[in-house]
Amino acid sequence: MSGLLLSLVPMEGFVAPGPQSFDAAGEPIFPGVPGLEWLSKFMLQAIVSLVLIVVFWLVMSRKNALVPSRSQFVGEYAYMFVRNSIARDSIGHDFKRFVPFLLALFSFLLLNNLWGVFPLTLMPTAAHVSWAYGLAALVWVTYNVVGIIKHGPLGYLKHTVLPAGVPWFMWPLIIPLEFLSNIIVRPVTLALRLFANMFAGHLLVLVFVAGGEYLLLHSEPIINKIAGGASLIFSMAIFGLEIFVQALQAFIFTVLTAVYISSAAAEEH
Amino acid sequence: MNPLDITGSLAIVGYGLGAIGPGIGVGLIFASVIQGTARQPEARGAMMGTAWIGFAVCEALAIIGIALAFVFSG
Repeated sequence: MSGLLLSLVPMEGFVAPGPQSFDAAGEPIFPGVPGLEWLSKFMLQAIVSLVLIVVFWLVMSRKNALVPSRSQFVGEYAYMFVRNSIARDSIGHDFKRFVPFLLALFSFLLLNNLWGVFPLTLMPTAAHVSWAYGLAALVWVTYNVVGIIKHGPLGYLKHTVLPAGVPWFMWPLIIPLEFLSNIIVRPVTLALRLFANMFAGHLLVLVFVAGGEYLLLHSEPIINKIAGGASLIFSMAIFGLEIFVQALQAFIFTVLTAVYISSAAAEEH
Repeated sequence: MNPLDITGSLAIVGYGLGAIGPGIGVGLIFASVIQGTARQPEARGAMMGTAWIGFAVCEALAIIGIALAFVFSG
């Protein structure tokens, strides 16, 4: 009986995964070389993904047979997915100007998220919050500039903070709320949604794998070893969940960018 | 020790409370998807697309909760 209770004692010697698990990816890869302090694992992943994406889309835009081959079909499918489902359905009739931006955003985000399940890297780039902030800042500049070009600076401000048909006595309530919501909160939630999904997902994988490994190899009771083995097997399902969440987050970021652009450039009713 | 003392990590309690809302929200989203599919099965594709967008926006709050739980506890 006491043996069974002993297995419920919390584990000593187990270092729980936490924010410190992400520090190693932020260290420079070549610590001694003086010009390369910026080259951490995150930067290396981003640079490799940039090269891969540019090469992919250049190759896809080159071979243009009328009846597509299989490889051309992949590129065409990816392009049509972003162009139709994301750009055209969200932005409306003026969407073609924004397809390159949305396509670049979607490709960059998808590849960088998928580094989290790729065996050689196992770290989504957006798990470092600055990547999420940088991309969200880019989106913020884009939709504000689109709105200012369309409506003029004061007209865009009026268009953003005053939805149509609001009675005048509600203005002191509506204007600060809408300003906060559209200009301040939108890029912050965009960035935090991406970052937190990648961070929490990677932590979940770490808990299952590190916890399972500790239970299997470093603790005595047989029930712990069985639980550790089950945890390691279940971490495969968690990897599958992570692939889904990473693709979904890339899609959501791009869709929300398109929605913000369309709401900034919307016509007055 | 005062028997009424609450000790331990408040960040964990905060995260737990913060996960109630998104849990209910995601349940509502997919409940309406299921009901809408039952009423009109041919609208399933459009509904599922909107459902995933709504799911990600609602889930963001829960995920921000777990990320900030680390910030507030450390």
